Amino acid sequence: MIVFEKITKIYPDGTIALNEATVSIGPKEFVSIVGHSGAGKTTLVKMLLGEEKPTSGKVFYESLDINKLKKSDIAKLRRKIGTVFQDFRLLPNKTIYENIAFAMEISGRSEDEIHSDVPHVLELVDLLHKSMNFPHELSGGEKQRVAIARAIVNQPDVVVADEPTGNLDPINTNEIIKILKKINDLGTTVILTTHNKGVIDSLGRRVITIEKGKVVRDDPTGRYVM
Amino acid sequence: MSWLSTKRVWRSGLQNFFRNGLVSFSSVVIMTITLFIITSTILLGGFLKYSLDKVKEKVDINVYFSTTATEQEIFSVQKSLEVLPEVSSVEYTSRDQALKDFQDKHSGDELTLQAIDELGYNPLGASLNIKAKDPSDYAGIANFLEGNSTELLSSGGSKIIDKINYSQNKVVIDRLTSIINSTNMIGLWLAVIFIIISIVITFNTIRLTIFMAKDEISVMRLVGASNKYVKGPFMVSGILSGLISAFLIIVLFAVGTFWISVYHASYFVGFDLFGYYMSNFFYILGIIGGSGIILGGFSSYLAAHKYLKN
Repeated sequence: MIVFEKITKIYPDGTIALNEATVSIGPKEFVSIVGHSGAGKTTLVKMLLGEEKPTSGKVFYESLDINKLKKSDIAKLRRKIGTVFQDFRLLPNKTIYENIAFAMEISGRSEDEIHSDVPHVLELVDLLHKSMNFPHELSGGEKQRVAIARAIVNQPDVVVADEPTGNLDPINTNEIIKILKKINDLGTTVILTTHNKGVIDSLGRRVITIEKGKVVRDDPTGRYVM
Repeated sequence: MSWLSTKRVWRSGLQNFFRNGLVSFSSVVIMTITLFIITSTILLGGFLKYSLDKVKEKVDINVYFSTTATEQEIFSVQKSLEVLPEVSSVEYTSRDQALKDFQDKHSGDELTLQAIDELGYNPLGASLNIKAKDPSDYAGIANFLEGNSTELLSSGGSKIIDKINYSQNKVVIDRLTSIINSTNMIGLWLAVIFIIISIVITFNTIRLTIFMAKDEISVMRLVGASNKYVKGPFMVSGILSGLISAFLIIVLFAVGTFWISVYHASYFVGFDLFGYYMSNFFYILGIIGGSGIILGGFSSYLAAHKYLKN
């Protein structure tokens, strides 16, 4: 479903973020990508979203070669992939409801669909009571749950969560991982990058370890080994 | 863009405008200043034109006819002058009227009046007072009169035109023409410079407001928003700022010009500022409204575009 083929990324300052990394991810998988800060996890995610182009190598989403996509097609691709980030990335001037509705609006969904789906997905992350609040009125854990709600509201095939628990306490971390697992159980592919050992060990799913830009380990039911 | 997307873009733009109160307020203030400068330039232009027209009205040339010229001959000269495109008006003063004017002018001067009486006849010739549409046209009119000398001979062969006072007035007329031309030119350049400066300031203010929203733009793009969804709301906010500023300016100038016309009319030496504003209201409304919409919308478009390029 998703294939990173011999990806090398060298930044203009000479930093090698990825070095011939090859990873393939199948449908409905829950894959964790682990590694130290700067190992190249985030670069890999950015390439899937078309935010970065590899220096060499190819990235495929289904049959699409992402590097060959036009800007407008990249926007369309991003609508198929739900994203969750460490810093939440919510729109500060929109309410929680509007933040989620925005993701549906840009996908061209009707007002009726928005009215029925947004409350539903907010209920799923247990934030229906805060739908009229603005992001700055929410705690970190709540913001991240909004980000997850936004990521899944268009029922994407893939959800990418880049260090989603990096800014959260253990209780909220647990909560977020539980939601991601639930999403995966419902049939969505989940790609999680993290360096939280506890999270990985509790998951017991596929773990890809990246070190200095290279894939050094790929365990089907791995643990965090560094 | 479909109706649904247009509706969503407008809704989002309006929401952003009101939720970013302080940012919107500063855009409105800056744009109001710009529109103030543009409106002031329009009114100043009107005032300048009025003053120059007043000065132009004071310039004329007189053609003095010999006492032997008949009225018919003078009328034919008048007719040939009136068809000239440069001529605005030709006014005839008969010999009798000239004498009466002379007597009225010297009503206190017994000696002069007596001298005229003693002559036993009217020594004054008839005259035509010519006003041109533009001061620079007087030279052409004087040339026309001097160049048609054969037509301007009386039946007896003597010249019917005694004197044209153009050459005496020439220096004043030439100087005035050059002053009027340079005043118009300076006025135009000043207006252009002021307007450009204020547009640049507005553009930069809007760029700054969108710069502050650049993280927001990146989030929108990351969740897959197409360019129209990103740029559109900024343009709507910009247009709204422009419209509010235009409204403020239209009201401000209506009240301001009325106040000046009532209490400080003397500053404008007879120029009815409020009357000018009202008679050109739709012209000014069009320019100010249009400038507001274009400035707000286009600046926002360009500024947002910058963050969408890469």
